[in-house]
Amino acid sequence: MSVYNEKRQSLWLETWHRLRKNKAAVIGLVILVFLILVAIFADVIAPYDFRAQDLNATFVKPNSTHWFGTDNFGRDIFSRVVYGSRISLQIGFIAVGIALFVGGFIGAVSGYFGGIFDTLFMRLVDVMLAVPTILLAISIVAVLGPGITNLMIAVGVSSIPSYARIVRANVMSIKEMQYIEAARAMGTTNVSIILKHVIPNTLAPVIVQSTIGVAGAILSAAGLGFIGLGIQPPNPEWGSMLNAGRHFIRDHPHLTTYPGLAIMITILSLNLLGDGLRDVLDPKLKD
Amino acid sequence: MVKYIFRRILLVIPVMIGVSFLVFTMIHFTPGDPVITILGETASQESIDQLREELGLNDPFLVQYFNYVKNIVVDQDLGRSYVTNRPVTNEIVSKFPNTLRLALLGVLVSISIGIPLGIISAVKQYTWVDNIAMFFALIGVSMPIFWQGILLIILFSVTFRILPSSGFNTWQQMILPALTLGTGSAAIVARMTRSSMLEVYRQDYIRTARSKGLGEFTVVVRHALRNTLIPVVTIVGLQFGFLLGGAIVTETIFSIPGVGRLMVDAIRQRDMLIVQGGVLMIAFTFSIINLFVDIMYAFLDPKIRAQYK
Repeated sequence: MSVYNEKRQSLWLETWHRLRKNKAAVIGLVILVFLILVAIFADVIAPYDFRAQDLNATFVKPNSTHWFGTDNFGRDIFSRVVYGSRISLQIGFIAVGIALFVGGFIGAVSGYFGGIFDTLFMRLVDVMLAVPTILLAISIVAVLGPGITNLMIAVGVSSIPSYARIVRANVMSIKEMQYIEAARAMGTTNVSIILKHVIPNTLAPVIVQSTIGVAGAILSAAGLGFIGLGIQPPNPEWGSMLNAGRHFIRDHPHLTTYPGLAIMITILSLNLLGDGLRDVLDPKLKD
Repeated sequence: MVKYIFRRILLVIPVMIGVSFLVFTMIHFTPGDPVITILGETASQESIDQLREELGLNDPFLVQYFNYVKNIVVDQDLGRSYVTNRPVTNEIVSKFPNTLRLALLGVLVSISIGIPLGIISAVKQYTWVDNIAMFFALIGVSMPIFWQGILLIILFSVTFRILPSSGFNTWQQMILPALTLGTGSAAIVARMTRSSMLEVYRQDYIRTARSKGLGEFTVVVRHALRNTLIPVVTIVGLQFGFLLGGAIVTETIFSIPGVGRLMVDAIRQRDMLIVQGGVLMIAFTFSIINLFVDIMYAFLDPKIRAQYK
């Protein structure tokens, strides 16, 4: 193993050791891993088909056969919440992946090369930032139409500006470092410098932003679902479940309780982990 | 200072041109023909062609965009709704005060809960007061506003029957929407105020103020608060954008006739000029708010003022 790899590994190991000492972050991580496992094994965990209607058993209160009760079509809410984790997490991670990929590229190119690239890209980012994120996502969904892929694109694209800005700011400070100058003096190409030196050194703030970003993406997608522009029925997305259930809150509040709790717990776990990672990875707070 | 304000006002223009171009382009390339939306599927080819010509839809894309912007700037005309044929400007102007009022009330809730909570938390760092405040702030940040709205309705409208669950005319009707919209942002403001206050608290001039024998209250209010508020003002400004977006969701929960609900209904009916006008109106408001925030920032931060002397 090269010295470079060893060093890199020890950095991640150190991060892990520091993170382990932060109780809140560990709780966040444990909940998140649990939710990911629920999403992966949804088929095994869910006792019923999330689409299966039983019109003889509508609005059943939570009991031993239906843990979270049933909805207005007699569908098992527990099974729907379990399958919903798959949709929400998928949207959260993929949307952030899109935002990170595009925003990271824009930020890296702008920050590293400056000049006309920077001016063009940053003006585009300014324009995108002038529209509130959820509104931008709503406009994109209005153009593309509903559906899980379009929702991922809408939420992902609407969060590009924040990633572009973070990466750009970091790249701009890193490119002035002596080791970049050294690499350039040795004849290393720009692409290679960006890939080998610049990107790895911007990872810390990007990881923090992405963790909290997944939470934001899940919330945006659920918000779109809630106003009826997200995942369409019968797919069990938590936001759309809340929207469907809100018409029955006077007599059957359990229809909204469990999807709402599921969203909150997911967001909470990501925020706890994100806060912890920020404390660990932000050099200003290290001492 | 005047130079700074003037420069900052000028910056709004290219951003708004950019936003209008972005939104116009997106809507222009949306699948579906606006003429079919207006005339219906059964319209004759002749009337389709005629309307197409009247609306200028046969013009090149850039000409259409230029005409759209010209109509906005010269006549404040955003076009006519494909569905009701009423002017989009009227539809938006009639709904906009509700959205703005809702967002402003949200900001009020956010500031009046967030800033005191953040200050108390920082002053009492690591005590039970701090722990409880920050626990609630964390819950507040993680709570989706639409679920919170539903919970508030269940609690105050269904269980205790003390506040109405819909409408937006009386102050009683405004309480639940304002709380729904504002508390999440209050949590963010509280966390920001706390960390900013803690940073200021470590500064030498605070120690100096204390060593002069000033009481803790005076130290906090006279010396720490003003410097704490600089980053907090930025966050509140950003939150305003978030709240304008959140207002769309809140309007849906409480059946408030605002721009957000208008837009959501318009999307369902493919009434794209309303969507386009709504986005522009909200983006414009957000830009103006950001302008105010930047100017306020300059008032609070002598370093910025000094740059433009």
